[in-house]
Amino acid sequence: MRYLPLTQPDRQAMLDVIGAASVDDLFADVPNEHYLDGPVEGLPLAAGEMAVEKHMRRLSKQNLAAADAAFFCGAGAYRHHVPATVDHIIQRGEFLTAYTPYQPEIAQGTLQMLFEFQTQVARLYGCAIANASMYDGSTACWEAIVMAARLTKRNRVLMSGGVHPHYVSVAQTMARFTPGHIDYELPVLASEPGDAALIGRIDEETSCVVVQYPDIMGRIPDLQRIADAAHDKGALLIVVNTEPVALGALEAPGNLGADIVVGEGQAIGVGLQFGGPYLGLFAITNPKHVRQMPGRLCGETVDADGKRGFVLTLSTREQHIRREKATSNICTNSGLCALAFSVHMTLLGEKGLTALAAENHRLACVAADRLERVPGVSVLNEAFFNEFTLVLDKEARPIVRALAEKGVLAGVALGRLFPDGEGRENGLLVTVTETVTEEDIETLAIALEEALA
Amino acid sequence: MNKMNASGWKPGTPVSVDNEGDYPTVTGNKALMLEERLVFELGTRETCGVDLPEPDASAPNRLGKFARRKPIDLPGLSEPETVRHYTRLSRQNYAIDLGLFPLGSCTMKHNPRLNEKVARMPGFADVHPLQPVDTIKGALGVIDELSHWLIELTGMSAVAMSPKAGAHGELCGILCIRAALEARGDMRKVVLVPESAHGTNPATAAFAGYEVEDIPAAPDGRVDLDALKARLGPDVAGVMITNPNTCGLFEKDMKAISDAVHAAGGLVYCDGANFNAIMGRVRPGDLGVDAMHINLHKTFSTPHGGGGPGSGPVVLSEALAPFAPLPFVVKDADGEIRLVEEENVGDEFPGSFGRMTAFHGQMGMFTRALTYILSHGADGLRQASGDAVLNANYLLRSLDDVLDAPFGDAGHCMHEALFSDHGFAEGMSTLDVAKGLIDEGFHPMTMYFPLVVHGAMLVEPTETESKATLDQFVVAMRSLAERAKAGDETLKSAPHHAPRARLDEAHAARKPVLAWNGQDDA
Repeated sequence: MRYLPLTQPDRQAMLDVIGAASVDDLFADVPNEHYLDGPVEGLPLAAGEMAVEKHMRRLSKQNLAAADAAFFCGAGAYRHHVPATVDHIIQRGEFLTAYTPYQPEIAQGTLQMLFEFQTQVARLYGCAIANASMYDGSTACWEAIVMAARLTKRNRVLMSGGVHPHYVSVAQTMARFTPGHIDYELPVLASEPGDAALIGRIDEETSCVVVQYPDIMGRIPDLQRIADAAHDKGALLIVVNTEPVALGALEAPGNLGADIVVGEGQAIGVGLQFGGPYLGLFAITNPKHVRQMPGRLCGETVDADGKRGFVLTLSTREQHIRREKATSNICTNSGLCALAFSVHMTLLGEKGLTALAAENHRLACVAADRLERVPGVSVLNEAFFNEFTLVLDKEARPIVRALAEKGVLAGVALGRLFPDGEGRENGLLVTVTETVTEEDIETLAIALEEALA
Repeated sequence: MNKMNASGWKPGTPVSVDNEGDYPTVTGNKALMLEERLVFELGTRETCGVDLPEPDASAPNRLGKFARRKPIDLPGLSEPETVRHYTRLSRQNYAIDLGLFPLGSCTMKHNPRLNEKVARMPGFADVHPLQPVDTIKGALGVIDELSHWLIELTGMSAVAMSPKAGAHGELCGILCIRAALEARGDMRKVVLVPESAHGTNPATAAFAGYEVEDIPAAPDGRVDLDALKARLGPDVAGVMITNPNTCGLFEKDMKAISDAVHAAGGLVYCDGANFNAIMGRVRPGDLGVDAMHINLHKTFSTPHGGGGPGSGPVVLSEALAPFAPLPFVVKDADGEIRLVEEENVGDEFPGSFGRMTAFHGQMGMFTRALTYILSHGADGLRQASGDAVLNANYLLRSLDDVLDAPFGDAGHCMHEALFSDHGFAEGMSTLDVAKGLIDEGFHPMTMYFPLVVHGAMLVEPTETESKATLDQFVVAMRSLAERAKAGDETLKSAPHHAPRARLDEAHAARKPVLAWNGQDDA
């Protein structure tokens, strides 16, 4: 087997040192009746590189890759161009095959990268402190809710209907097993996100208000207004962002009154990958809250010679020290995805991110204008960034399926995300990034027109 | 910026003299050991490493009143500067690709490059999680095929694929247990966890709303079965047992433990972090386990990436399978693979406890793990666990005359060898030996874990190390053990040859600097 270096003479020499007759003898502590004498039955045996690659390629061909379609899907996972440099860097063995940096003297590469990543995320979100990443946006959102409960000592969580329903589902699932109570109402198919109605439901029991920016229909809530109302009642504002490129064009949540900003970082540097691994981002505006934060934190220090260096710090919050009293059970997070994000962000910088956001928005405006001219289609949103909701005069799911057969991935039908009703089943969430061409937009418009006719 | 030169040295800082003599350079660099400043000290807001159209200020704008007013203040670098920045940083990392990385409990085995190639096939890398199901049949096929392997290798009934890492898998397993108990109206409050467990175990049980109590250990390093039986009762929801355990020992009484827990109405969670030792040789399902997470980033070679991403599928017994979280795939009798989500979970799977993550789990890790598994086959996986255990026992017996092996008399170890600091000179510690290993060109073993052994050193070589590498490690460890016993003071200041000397962790925690603030105040 090509990955196993020991030769048969090696094994024999080692068994001699150990004083065992065979490798099987080393398993003497396994009760005989449960020890398998040979390979698990009914499973294939070892295969060479060519055979395995062929098998996997065959499976991969059964998927329609985004690059082979006119592609308009978003809803929490975004297709952006990832520069070739990003993949080159994350495949360097010194990053790829390192462990969590517990030995800082020989992990300064990862640690400095994490310190830079934390700073980039904090600035993007308009926050003081960001951690070294979470699993994904949805789990980061739940961890923020738990943190808010610790800070406010309240348990009522008010989640806006504009939050990604899968994020809501994660929170509802977790809340079932904790004192938390999620107050959530399905979103209304309307041009505005309904900030006033949300504000009206904040009360003195509310630990936090959770708002997505831009929301699941691409609408943009007025964060400052919601923040002021939440703070009036002693509640915290948690802002969820699933598309970080939007923050190259929109004001940062931390500058609009958010207390905790969490999100999905996949859009920058990390590909679609059928939903994972992704990159949970987590940041706070008030540095005093840092000891209640979940996840790893990288901090600056000096070494014995006075040189600047970086270490994982404040680990008394974490499970390996605090065990059942930890702020979270998280251990392994998304280190390599954080690296991909950070490399892409370094390539972009202020100038590139701003230009990327502008290009996304320009194309989205072109698409909205063109698609609105299709008979039976209207654009729901007043405001949007690169994602907006079309209201069709028919149920959207069958249309999406029909267009997929023609090589057009038209977007995400709201009916895939929400139970039918109140017109949501006619909603189609369309996302337009810089990877979309004007030709793709025309293809979608024509295909929609045919399908709706 | 002008206060800090390119090396990160502060002018006036005393220069330490190491035992090789010091020949200072004006840059702070030492040939291939290159210092690198922060991207915030190198880049500017005007520099950019990608080509994009200039924004047109007169273009139509649908951002409403929410357009950004304040700058983000993000520096950029050109492509060559970016490549150089990260390449220089990468060279300050130790990694499996460079040498032995014997971190106990972490299974730092070789990461095959075919896995990376496969994960990047466009049909896997460039697919959206919410595409119509007819366009993602291959993705569902990967999940189904990997599920089949994991179920067969563990002898369980089902597997929940969506958990994002080991601790997330633990949470999944414990929530399945809780959902199963609640479904029968049984509101138990306590989860029992051995003191030797990973910190994630008690943290997970607490995160799921349980009280955590210790399971006592017997003198041989295993669970004290009689003490466990005495504690079981109607308030105990279950136990979390690591097998093989963190002392590197197989829990011989695992089946008896499971039987006792089941008899008392509880359920058995097994921490599968150490599955690499027993893969293909014993099946947890045969030992009465109800739920066990599998770290694909340990046992099945997906890269650790400097702290993730991981992937933690959870195999489930027949009792727990109905409670698995959404989404999941099912294979019908006719071979058709279906995706089950909230919208179609309906009457068919009423017990599912809900959703743990936005999408389908770590698909990028599934493709890598399946590639690894297919490469090994059932025979290769069995050989891998055999070699992993052989390598660990070889280290144990090559070192137990110079290092205290607290359970060395108890027989063979599994895939990791445990030593203590017993016998070191006054003032010498496990930390000193670990830092000495860095100078010898190895990554240190796991230190001070498990907590049940004083100054623990947990060494896990894995099966992908050659005998020659192990022999060199033995030479280094024997030398370090002698130095620690002799009280060699130079070990106290190790490492002497790493990119940094010992870092001041207390300083970092006292006044945390967690983001660059534009000032040289470290």
